[in-house]
Amino acid sequence: MSAAAISVTDLRKSYGDFQALRGIGFDIREGEVFGLLGPNGAGKTTTVEILEGYRRRDTGSIEVLGFDPQRFEIGFRERIGVVLQQSQLLPNLTVAETHRIFAGYYEQPRDIDEVIQLVGLAEKRDARVRTLSGGQKRRLDLGLALVGDPDLVFLDEPTTGFDPAARRIAWDMIRSLRSLGKTVLLTTHYLDEAQELCDRVAVLREGLIVRIGTPAELRGTSLETEIRYRKDGQDVVVRTLEPTRVLSELTAEALAAGRELEGLEVRRPTLEDVYLELVAGE
Amino acid sequence: MRLFLHQLRAEQLQFWRSREAAIFIFVFPMLLFLLLGSVYSGTISGHPAREVLLAGMLGYGAANTAFAGLGISLVIRREGGLLKRIRSTPLPAATYLGAVLVSTLLVFALQAVLLLVLGRLLYGTHVPDRLGSLALVLLFGAAAFAGLGLAVASLIRSAEGSSAAVNVILLPMAFLSGSFGPTRRYPEVLRAIGDALPLRYFIKLVNGVYLDDRAPWHYGTAAGVLAAWGVAGLVVAARRFSWEPRSA
Ligand SMILES: Nc1ncnc2c1ncn2[C@@H]1O[C@H](COP(=O)(O)OP(=O)(O)OP(=O)(O)O)[C@@H](O)[C@H]1O
Ligand SMILES: [Mg+2]
Repeated sequence: MSAAAISVTDLRKSYGDFQALRGIGFDIREGEVFGLLGPNGAGKTTTVEILEGYRRRDTGSIEVLGFDPQRFEIGFRERIGVVLQQSQLLPNLTVAETHRIFAGYYEQPRDIDEVIQLVGLAEKRDARVRTLSGGQKRRLDLGLALVGDPDLVFLDEPTTGFDPAARRIAWDMIRSLRSLGKTVLLTTHYLDEAQELCDRVAVLREGLIVRIGTPAELRGTSLETEIRYRKDGQDVVVRTLEPTRVLSELTAEALAAGRELEGLEVRRPTLEDVYLELVAGE
Repeated sequence: MRLFLHQLRAEQLQFWRSREAAIFIFVFPMLLFLLLGSVYSGTISGHPAREVLLAGMLGYGAANTAFAGLGISLVIRREGGLLKRIRSTPLPAATYLGAVLVSTLLVFALQAVLLLVLGRLLYGTHVPDRLGSLALVLLFGAAAFAGLGLAVASLIRSAEGSSAAVNVILLPMAFLSGSFGPTRRYPEVLRAIGDALPLRYFIKLVNGVYLDDRAPWHYGTAAGVLAAWGVAGLVVAARRFSWEPRSA
């Protein structure tokens, strides 16, 4: 097991009387892709922005790449890349110019054309930023987060607004970050994204972590299997802890009656099912 | 230094690429000068009217570029999240703001040169004898207005209203300070208000150096008032400036 890139203990943050984070803790290992899930207002952006150094914590201890982000040291900023939940950068400059400007801020930037290629904007290299579509602007944000060749990348809803193909490109890109040994902390509302990309996820609800683990572990916490089929034109859904017995009964019955179990489907709950259970409350 | 020059270049690129900025900030004072210059003629208080107008336009240009232009662009950058995003890069805040400031002064310097050239070519205004002193005074004034630009950017809360809000300050100030012509015949009240405004003192300085051909230190009081306004702007900015969007 490698060292922790991020470690958080008993982190709390209030806005006035409102407790946005009510004591959360987790570690993210170097090279890990870690996902924060949770409904709107759960505290994801608050957590990420405290770790980026933008917001001050009330109590708790955090260490990010060995730094205290709150001190906002240049050495820290050299090593992180940031995609904010929303930003509107330099509308009148081109994609390449924007990358070149940001690359200039770092000691050892990546080659900008390589980055532009990586985020799938090669065709828009010389287009003004204001003419890009929403998803393309998001990819620009992603490119700018990578141009400094950071060790740790924060992505707050990086693929919101992406079409399915762009999402696949972003996923490939995030996977390639992992293969380069980068650590990634991302937030997302897409459960398939978390399942595809994340080594581990934490589910936040109302400022508390309600579950943390690998996507497989999270799915494993719900033991029911779902069996679906159609009978007389109606969808039938059976949830059971004993799929073998139920299936056997169903098939025996159908065989005896000489019917087909139309549209038979047997599936384990997806991460989304488990997630919806978790955030719906006890 | 490398970072500063890098950012200065980036700022210049951004300014000239933005059509609105280039027209309203850079071209507009020259248009106004041409327009008013074709209306005014003869002399005002013993000086050629068009030279008086030129001095007023240099004042208006400084306030328009360094106060209005800088203020509006900082609000738009802040509300769009650019300032916040820049903060997470290794570019030091002071380098960034320094480059933004110097870039603004550069734009104004170019504008001032063009105003002087236009005046010379079209209206026969004289080339200043004390070029060095005039340059110094212009930079000093533009810096003071930049301080006020930082302040106004810190006080405005949203990008939508920023341009209107800034112009509601700028235009009456320019009018009351004599940018568009002498204020001698204005009602007492208006002149009294004008006498409190920084642009009034800036124009006084420019008049002194350009029209009366006197050294700038003869106008210590005017320079003092102008500097006080600039410093007050910086104090407000130091207390209220924000890198993060206000109306998120
Ligand atoms: N600057 C602030 N001032 C006051 N309240 C805030 C501030 N920022 C966030 N909050 C509140 O804190 C809670 C958590 O907000 P946060 O932005 O962290 O949620 P999130 O999980 O990122 O939500 P989303 O999925 O919508 O992005 C919300 O109830 C929000 O209203
Ligand atoms: Mg958020």
